[in-house]
Order: sequence, then C-alpha cells, then structure tokens
Amino acid sequence: MSKMLSATAISLALMSTTAIAGGHCAAGKTLTDGTLTIATGNPAYYPWVMDDAPESGQGFEAAVAYAVAAEMGFAAENVTWVRSSFDEAIQPGVKNFDLNMQQYSITPERDLVVDFSDPYYTAPMAVLVGAGAVDTAPTLDALRELQWGAVGTTTAVPKLTAVIQPSNDPLLYGDNADVNAAMSANQIDAALFDLPTALFLSAVMIEGSKVLGQFAPDLTDNPDQFGMLMEEGSPLKACVDEALAALTASGELAAIEATWLQDTTGVPLIK
Amino acid sequence: MAKLELRGVVKRFGDHTVCDGIDLDVEEGQMVCLIGASGAGKSTLLRCINLLEAIEDGAILLDGIDIAEPGLNPQAVRARIGMVFQSFNLFPHLTALENAMLAPRRVHGKTKAEVGPQVEDLFTRFGLADRMHNYPDQLSGGQQQRVAIVRALAMRPEVMLFDEITSALDPQLVGEVLDVLLVLKEQGMTMILATHEMGFARQAADKVCFLKDGRIVEEGPPEQLFANPERPETKAFLARALK
Amino acid sequence: MANAKAAGMTRREAYEAKQRRRSLIVAASSTIAVVAAIMILVPMAPGWEKVQRSFFNGDVLAQTFPKLLDAFLVNIMIFAWCAPAIAILGLLIALARDVKSPALFPLRIFGATFTDIFRGVPVILTVYLIGFGIPGLGLPRPWNSPYIWGSLALILTYSAYVAEIFRSGIDSVHHSQRSAALSLGMSERQVMRDVVLPQAVRNVVPSQMNMLIALQKDVSLLSFIGPVEIFRQAGVFKSLTANFTPYVGAAIIFLIVTIPATRYADHLMAKQRRDRS
Repeated sequence: MSKMLSATAISLALMSTTAIAGGHCAAGKTLTDGTLTIATGNPAYYPWVMDDAPESGQGFEAAVAYAVAAEMGFAAENVTWVRSSFDEAIQPGVKNFDLNMQQYSITPERDLVVDFSDPYYTAPMAVLVGAGAVDTAPTLDALRELQWGAVGTTTAVPKLTAVIQPSNDPLLYGDNADVNAAMSANQIDAALFDLPTALFLSAVMIEGSKVLGQFAPDLTDNPDQFGMLMEEGSPLKACVDEALAALTASGELAAIEATWLQDTTGVPLIK
Repeated sequence: MAKLELRGVVKRFGDHTVCDGIDLDVEEGQMVCLIGASGAGKSTLLRCINLLEAIEDGAILLDGIDIAEPGLNPQAVRARIGMVFQSFNLFPHLTALENAMLAPRRVHGKTKAEVGPQVEDLFTRFGLADRMHNYPDQLSGGQQQRVAIVRALAMRPEVMLFDEITSALDPQLVGEVLDVLLVLKEQGMTMILATHEMGFARQAADKVCFLKDGRIVEEGPPEQLFANPERPETKAFLARALK
Repeated sequence: MANAKAAGMTRREAYEAKQRRRSLIVAASSTIAVVAAIMILVPMAPGWEKVQRSFFNGDVLAQTFPKLLDAFLVNIMIFAWCAPAIAILGLLIALARDVKSPALFPLRIFGATFTDIFRGVPVILTVYLIGFGIPGLGLPRPWNSPYIWGSLALILTYSAYVAEIFRSGIDSVHHSQRSAALSLGMSERQVMRDVVLPQAVRNVVPSQMNMLIALQKDVSLLSFIGPVEIFRQAGVFKSLTANFTPYVGAAIIFLIVTIPATRYADHLMAKQRRDRS
C-alpha cells in the first residue's frame, strides 16, 4: 500500500515537473526547479495569513499566493513557504525565496534595490485610535493633535509626516505588536496602518481601540500598493506579472479580496 | 593613678590569641617602648588601646575610666588618643595641611579659619612649613611620617601611639622622625611606641616592655632591661636584635 | 658615523635611531600592503557591487546624514539625563551593599538583589518590561512617557554595573586609610565620605568611562519602545530607501563620539597604571 502511495507521489512529482518543463514561463527560473518558494512574515498576521499558517491557503496573501502559483503552473504541493524579515528581503546577496509577500508597498526607492511585481492590492491607510481617543473627530485638524505612533519600517511613516503632520513627534516601533503595547499603555493615541491591518488590530488585539477612518487614495500622491518582492533582476518578474494580469482579468483577484478583506468596506473617510 | 592602665587585656583572632592578658601602666608624660619580634602582639596591642580592635577580656583605663567597655562609642576616645602607623598614613587626595585639618573640622566641627592657624603653627614648629601645601606623593617618606604626627597632634591628643613608624623608611630618614618624638617627650606627651629601633628605645624611653607571644615577658627602665635582662627570652631577643 | 657625530648622538643612540627608522619602514609597508590587498581584493568579490550599493551608497548617505545627526541629539539628550542619575544611584547601591548596621540589613539585601537582577537581565528586556509594563498600569500622560520609563530601565541596569565598579573602587582603598581616619576620631560615615570615597571614585574613573561609552550605545535600545533616536531614524530611512547605508551613517556618528572617548579612557587607564607602579 505504502509502496503504491509513494509510487503515485513520485509519478505525480514527475508529472508536475514535466508540466513545467513543458515551456511554462517559470521553468528553470525558480530557486529549486519545479518548486515555487514564497516568503512571508514571522509571524504572518491576519487577515493576510490566517493563524500564521500560509500553507493552508487561508487569508488574503496566502490565497493570492496559491492563485498566482497555479497560474504560473505550480500545483499547491509545489509551493513551499519560508519566513523572512524586511531586512533579509532587501539585503544584498542570495535570497532564500522566489517571491516575498508581506504587504510590501511599492516605492521607487525600493525598486532600485529589489524588483516588485505589479500590485496585487491597493491599501488605503487607516487611523487606529486607542481607547482614550475613540471620540476624536475624523478630521485632519483633530488628528494632528494626537500623539501618533507607527511601525518605523513601513510607508506609514512618510504618510504620517506628509499628510497628517502631527504637532508632536511620532513614536516609532519595530513591529505591530510593539505599537499594540504602546497603545495599550496609552503612550500613543493613534497609529497609522493599512486598513486591513488596522481592522484586525482593532478587532482582535487592542481592547477598546477603534478604526477611526481611512484616507481617500487621492490624499497621497502615490497610494500604497502592495507588490510581491523579488530579487533585483529576477527572471520571474514577467511571469508573475503575467499571472497577476490574468487573475485580475478573470476577476479572481477581486473575488479573493472580497473573501478575505470584505470588512474594509464601510469605514468612513477622513476629511 | 597612671594616665593609662591596661588590666589583663586579651585579644584573639579566631583561635589565635594575640594579646594574652597584658597589664601595663603608663604614667603621664612617660614614653613607653614596646619591643619584641614581629608577631609578638605589639601592633595589635596599640590598635586595641585606640579601640580599632575590640578586646575580648580585660580593661583599658584612661584617667581611671574603662574605655574598652563594650557598647561605648569609640569616637570620643579615639579623639583623645592619637595614633601613627607604619605606612599609608596620609590621605593621598588631600594636601598635608588638609590632611591635618580634616579631623578637627569633622570631629570638633570647627571651620577652616578656626583650625588653620593652630595647625599651620604645628607645621612650622616641626619644620614642615614649606611642605604644607604639598600632596603626600610629593613628600619624602620621612616628611610623610612627620606630617602624620602633626595630623595626630592637631586633635590635641592626651596620649600618642606610634606603631613602628620608622620601619618602612630608608635608614637616612629615620633620624628626622625620631627627633620629632624627642621634641614631644620634652613637651610632656604621654607616648607608647612599638619599635625596632633599640638604640632609640634605650636612649629615650622611660620604660621598655619586651613582648613575646602576646605577653609582657619583662619590663623595666631601659638601662636595666638592655644591660641586665632577667629573663632568658629577653636575653635571646636582645642578642639577636643588637647584633 | 660622521652623521651621528654631527647630530651629537652617541654610538648607541645612532644605532637605536637606525633601528627605529627600520621598524617604521617595515610597519608602514606592511600596513600599506594589507590595506591595498583589502582595497583590491574585496571589490573583486562577485557581490561587491551590490554590497556597495546597499551599504556604502553615497547618495543615500548624503541625503540621510543630516537627519541622522538630528536624531542623534535625542541620544545625547537621553544620555545627558541618564548618566548623572546612574552615577548617583550606582553610588548609593554600592554604599547600601557596604552598610554594617544591622538595622540597615534590609538595605544590604536590597542592594545585592538589585545588582543580581539588573546585571542578569539583558538590557533590552528591561527596557521592554519597564518601558511598556509600568505605563501599562494606567499612568496618565505625561507620566507614562517611554522617555521616562525607558530611561529608568537604562538607569537601573547601568546603576547595577556602576555600583559594582564603585564597590571595587572602595575595596581598592588601602585599609590603613580607614584605620588612620578612624584613629583620628572620625565616624564611619565621615571616613567613607571624606577619605575612602574620594579615593575610590578617582580609582575607578577609567572603568566608569567605559560604562559611559557603553551607555552611549545602549541609549539606542530605547528605540524599541518609541523614541525616534538615531537607530530608529536610520531604520526608517533603511526601509524607505531599501538600503542599509543609513545604518552605516549611524555607525559613523557613533564612532565619531566613541573613538575619542575610548582613547581617552585608555589614556586614563595607562596613566593610572603608570602612577601606581
């Protein structure tokens, strides 16, 4: 029995290998031939990845990852996951992933060092306020007077200084968990996140907090768009973009977004 | 009544008995020399008199009052008894003058202006006027010991204890320090010296005590003890020491 | 020979001068050889261009350096109020550990426990626990500021080390100094304050200098709980430019401060060794 199973597994493996070798655009361009290696954060957060288990395909980025992989000709079992930090993603030298997905905003500066796929999500920036500031009016004038916090390694920082221009210097942190701790300790009133993350933190992590509102995309020159990060000059880029284009055209990408990020509708705009 | 009386003083460090029932009378204005081999208990006895070590048994009477009474605050007693040590006497971070003024200021609560003239006068009297503003490491060993004596005198003590104050000095510097002691004797200071300077003890002491194993084996006027020691231990020690 | 005479040197001096010249030439040429090897070989490594672009990017450096300097003012500010507090608390802890009165025994226990705990826990954990933990108890602003509690974490940790150094300084004062002071009728307190401590403090100045240098660097740990000092500012620039050069810029700023300080501490150490011998 087990012999038979393993024989099946081998033949399956052979089949998939042949499938890719059969002229698909990703053939021979991945770290390991026949396998697509995708990196996510450690930990990976809701609603991007559910339960920190990307291999389940549950969660927005996990689902997009498998859809893109399928489009590129990789069966689900030929997708492997690794974890990486932002620093590992941008350091020079050999990467341990083909694609890195963890809400990386595409910026021209970053694009000089690494490659990005076309965007798979356009993220509105949202204001998360702690229990002490839930009654703040959703206007820029009112927001300016709050004590702000943000994750120092995100594009929320330049947005904060450019759009809100807080009166007090913002406090910056290493990751979401530390912003959470600071907000719980009432050291900051408000923090800037992409909308899905803000919704998650408010619903699950920070007691008494609330998403006060989101910014209209036209408030900033370049709205936050998430792209898959690849090594600079990656031969996969064309192939990934092609897959994303197909998913967009077929409406599948929108369907995935509707499944996992449906809560994002109905959050008021900040004026 | 003698100025200072020791009655059966016992001092132990653990199992080791350093002073084993010492009796000694020191009259006002007397200079008493303690002689004996290293480890005989001379230094410890002096430290006990100044209450730097607590004695196990016996009594130390200063003007007839027991100063070794357990529980007594030793500070007031120490202020009346001056002491000079073999080495590391002076505080290196203070000038000679500051060294001498520190205790009068702190213990007697006097101001610099109050103690200054009196202390400077002491420096002048002992030929150290031009060294007052030097730090200890700018002074010779002999000068340092003389400053240490002046510093003790600045507290106007009634009794002075000298613990081998010339032992760490180069031979040519010993004389200037011993001369100071002679001046003090002339002024009537009551003094106890632990010393290896047999010549000086013989010439200047009023009484010499030979210590061995924590006991006073023999005591008497110097001419008697040095010329005609009664006990064989004394004879043996002197034979070695005077060789 | 004629040369040596002209310069007024003895035969021995002339010989030693020649030896000195020779060793100077050897040292210079070997240094040049090593530096040249590094400068030629490292760029030959296949990844050098990428490394250079990521770590030694002149444009990024020029663009971020002034703002890094601004952020460094935050480090200096935090350092400026922590250092005196550490000196005072460290001294108090050192004294607490040396008290002899039985009534103050709890103080002794406290001193010992304090040093054990704060020397045993990594600074960053202390910063986190105190910086987020105590404000989390519900203190009102501004009393829950990360500047206050983060600084306190640094002060507590460094006081533990500084206290131990002070203690070693107190031990290094010759016991005869105590005897001499006591024999003059001074109280234990006066002896400590006027005789032992001034010498102890002076003896440990070089070691304490090294603590100051370490503190200067560890101020950056406060970035974990919010304050945007140089390390965090460099991190922000790093993520904006996807380039590590801002970190190199921060390192340069640290070095500008710490190298002279380290040299000075070494100089004090050497001087102290000379004075003692």
